Amino acid sequence: MHELALTQSILDIALSEAEKHGASRVLSIRLKLGEFSGVVPQLIQEYFDIAGRGTPAEGARLVMDRVPVTVRCSACGAENTMDRFRYLCPSCGSDQIRMLTGREFYVDSLEVE
Amino acid sequence: MEIKVVRQILEWNEDCSNEIKALTADKKVFILNVMGSPGAGKTSVITQLISALSGSYRIGVIEGDIAGQIDADRIASLGIPVVQLNTDGACHIEAMAIQHILQYFDLQETDVLFIENIGNLVCPAEFNIGEDCRLAVLSVPEGDDKVDKYPLLFSTTDILAINKYDMKDYFDFDADKVERAARAVNPGAEILRVSSRTGLGMDALAQLLSRKIAEKLN
Repeated sequence: MHELALTQSILDIALSEAEKHGASRVLSIRLKLGEFSGVVPQLIQEYFDIAGRGTPAEGARLVMDRVPVTVRCSACGAENTMDRFRYLCPSCGSDQIRMLTGREFYVDSLEVE
Repeated sequence: MEIKVVRQILEWNEDCSNEIKALTADKKVFILNVMGSPGAGKTSVITQLISALSGSYRIGVIEGDIAGQIDADRIASLGIPVVQLNTDGACHIEAMAIQHILQYFDLQETDVLFIENIGNLVCPAEFNIGEDCRLAVLSVPEGDDKVDKYPLLFSTTDILAINKYDMKDYFDFDADKVERAARAVNPGAEILRVSSRTGLGMDALAQLLSRKIAEKLN
């Protein structure tokens, strides 16, 4: 429901950073997307193609780096990557786990000219 | 040229809300999310509830507003711990903001936390903020068609308080129509007719909340 708002947020960040650095055009935007964030990348690119029209970011490519879900288990101490739909320690099966990565949802960098 | 940016797009609201729920389950704190239009009387209802409940419970308040701290000053004048949350233009409060603010309260010494959301019938409904109960305040001058026009908020609320009920005759307000519409989208909601100005119905609202609070704290 908020993909358009999210896309607008990405566009705003890109435009303000580009302006800050005196760039006239945004070529690509690199996003870090945790596997747990549940965002649909294709939707964001499609919305972006519309939202970016007439701005210095028109036609910019969104590069999505997916970040796997990793957890540390308080019971056995293991650190693992984890299936995001199975919220248990892959080593010992405990549910006493803390997520280390996987919730990322941020603009990492821009390619501008 | 590459520019390093690293700016968050959106924190993951639902997980954060669940973390708040886990924390308040542990610390035994009841969170009430108060939502409604600007001018519905959210702050007035909260101040009335404070006077009704502060004898039994230790209360704190988070006042959400786009700007300013008028409401926080009102609450602070009652001697209640309050933190003003300014969203700088955002139309709703997100869980991450509440999580950051909780550190300013001594949760061991708090039983009930009122959170007054941004005055808005649309966006706040979509963001859980770790609350135990949602109270929607709809006031008579807003008109009796608001439930039909903004169903999401009224479909997610536990309690609907129809405020400024003492003014209904001036506004041709049909409270039965509102109740019918509210029950259609939300059969389980408790609906009360109140006036924060005259005190009408405020005892009933306080008692209802008191029962819900006791269920969590005991």
